[in-house]
Amino acid sequence: MRKAILVASTALLLAAGPALAQQKSIKIGFVSTFSGPVASIGDDMRNAFELALDHLGRKMGGLPVEVVYEDDTLKPEVGKQKAEKLVESDKVDFVSGFIWSNVVYASYKPIVDAKTFLVIANAGETRLAGENCSPFIFSTAWTNDQNPIAVADYMNQKGVKSVYLIGPNYAAGKENLGGFKTAFKGKVLGEDYTTWPSQLDFSAELAKAKASKAEAVYMFYPGAAGVQFLNQYAQAGVKGSIPLYTTFSIDSLSLPRQKDAALGVISALQWGADLPNEANKKFVGDFKKKFGTEPSFYAAQSYDAAMLIGSAVAGVKGNLSDKAAVQKALEKADFKSVRGDFKFGSNHYPTQSFYMQEVVKTGDSYTQKTIATAEKNVPNPHAKQCSMK
Amino acid sequence: MTLFIEQCLNGLQFGLLLFLLAAGLTLVFGIMDLVNLAHGSLYMLGAYFAATFAAWTGSFVLGAVLAILATLLVGMALEVIAMRRLYGRDHLDHVLGTFGLILFFDELVRLIWGPGGLSLPVPPWLDRSIEILPGIQYSAYRFAIIVVTLAVAAFLYVLVMRTRIGMLIRAGASNREMVGALGVNIKLLYTLVFGLGAALAGLAGMIQAPILTVQIGMGENILILAFVITVIGGIGSIRGAFVAALLVGFIDTLGRAFFPQILVELLGRQAGSTAAPALSSMMIYILMAVILVVKPQGLFAASSR
Repeated sequence: MRKAILVASTALLLAAGPALAQQKSIKIGFVSTFSGPVASIGDDMRNAFELALDHLGRKMGGLPVEVVYEDDTLKPEVGKQKAEKLVESDKVDFVSGFIWSNVVYASYKPIVDAKTFLVIANAGETRLAGENCSPFIFSTAWTNDQNPIAVADYMNQKGVKSVYLIGPNYAAGKENLGGFKTAFKGKVLGEDYTTWPSQLDFSAELAKAKASKAEAVYMFYPGAAGVQFLNQYAQAGVKGSIPLYTTFSIDSLSLPRQKDAALGVISALQWGADLPNEANKKFVGDFKKKFGTEPSFYAAQSYDAAMLIGSAVAGVKGNLSDKAAVQKALEKADFKSVRGDFKFGSNHYPTQSFYMQEVVKTGDSYTQKTIATAEKNVPNPHAKQCSMK
Repeated sequence: MTLFIEQCLNGLQFGLLLFLLAAGLTLVFGIMDLVNLAHGSLYMLGAYFAATFAAWTGSFVLGAVLAILATLLVGMALEVIAMRRLYGRDHLDHVLGTFGLILFFDELVRLIWGPGGLSLPVPPWLDRSIEILPGIQYSAYRFAIIVVTLAVAAFLYVLVMRTRIGMLIRAGASNREMVGALGVNIKLLYTLVFGLGAALAGLAGMIQAPILTVQIGMGENILILAFVITVIGGIGSIRGAFVAALLVGFIDTLGRAFFPQILVELLGRQAGSTAAPALSSMMIYILMAVILVVKPQGLFAASSR
């Protein structure tokens, strides 16, 4: 009798073997900034990621999901340590998050070397879409130069002839302003790169922009610095006379502090809270209900990142041991993105549309209103440099 | 030319703002021999108080006055509760202890006000630009900063050079033990000086809040500059802090304004615009190094201890 039970249970074990041997849960590492002045961005991303997990029933491919959140403190070297910890000691199946280009560029190597999938939810370091692309790297965002190119195209259409550029002196700042310059057809009368992230007083740069007599100013300052820039822009008396264009400097986190200083400023994004698709309505509605604030684009991209990972795990039925199959499932992008149509290009960066948004005031609250479609379904410009090896 | 004058005003305004911070730091450092890294936290508290009180009372000026009083009280309480335990100890203990206070205050602010930061709008009557010289438009608020900080500097001068308490402060900066031995209530003097330093830091934080933002950790970057100024000016010397703060303000602003163009001419557009921010932020430290070589005690050494 005993023997029979033993045999039976062994048989059962063998039958269930493949499933048991694979995975008991899905483990995801999420690296973002959860302390210091930009902690609100990290918190917003975490909120959106958690909301996506709620929408997925906290399960992916039938397995429970566990997320390990790590704080990069805005420093590349800390981000790298956290990435190493996630793949080496936590043994996560996916790593997601990353706000900052310089942080993700310092951190991607240990993740990719461990054959772990990296789904970037914001940082748009162009080299990861181009010459340093990898089968293990995906992005639900953009590269740093894409949104500025959309703004430059829009300014060309509007007939703006000259511009003054101001941005921070780090990877994303240079790629952002660099992208703008490739597409802008008018004259660039001057450009300033300021010490990042310590310089917060832009009086010297604004005085130069004013003196240059440019028709418009284009700037890029993510996080709290965007608040400072817009306040100082208004105080310097330039706001009324020189129109301001930007990318990534105004979002639902900074708007409550930018208020009137942001009114009328135009920027470009691949997503807006007012985009009329079903997935977006559900996301924005539930986000507001759960957290009491409107989600930022950081949140939207993080939500998509969780949904993308969820779709891939479901696509391989929870069997993550076959990396090639997981890669295929991720490439399919079989989920409803909050930005509408979503498709990966050959370099694992989305082919997507960009919308122009203007800050408007309704009652007492400030929101970004989609006013035009700048570009429709454009592929990522760095796909050609990517050999995907 | 108008650009140059405007940049000079920016430099003056930045320098005077730095003076407010450095004055408190140099007093505490000079008189109490205390390295106070948490000075930046008091600056942060000043800004948070101002934003909160201005929102409550609906008046910018009232909010500012309340904020300065509140920081003064926090400063004095901090001295009584925490700083007293650090006197007479090694500087390393000061650094450790006050660094702990930075973490404490950052977390405290996060618990009370949340991580998102606050905003303090410029009052409507200052929210415009004025023509200070023919053809030169300048932000009324920044101009008001120049006026207020100059008034505070004058007040400090009178306080330190012309009053009895100022005499004690100067005596304390030159020789602490002797002042105590002569029967001066050194404990009370310390509490007052620390409170004064805190109030100055709070004023600096409050005054810059409408230009920069009110956020956690806002004091840490600017504190480094304040320490540089204290060292350049001579530890314990208010006059030295004033001169050094203006020097640093001008060099920083004018460096940022005109140095990139010069570098672009010399090195070409790509290299020049990349190197300029790094080099112009280095200039202050080069200045400090040069001054320390020529005058190791700083420009206006308070004593030859």
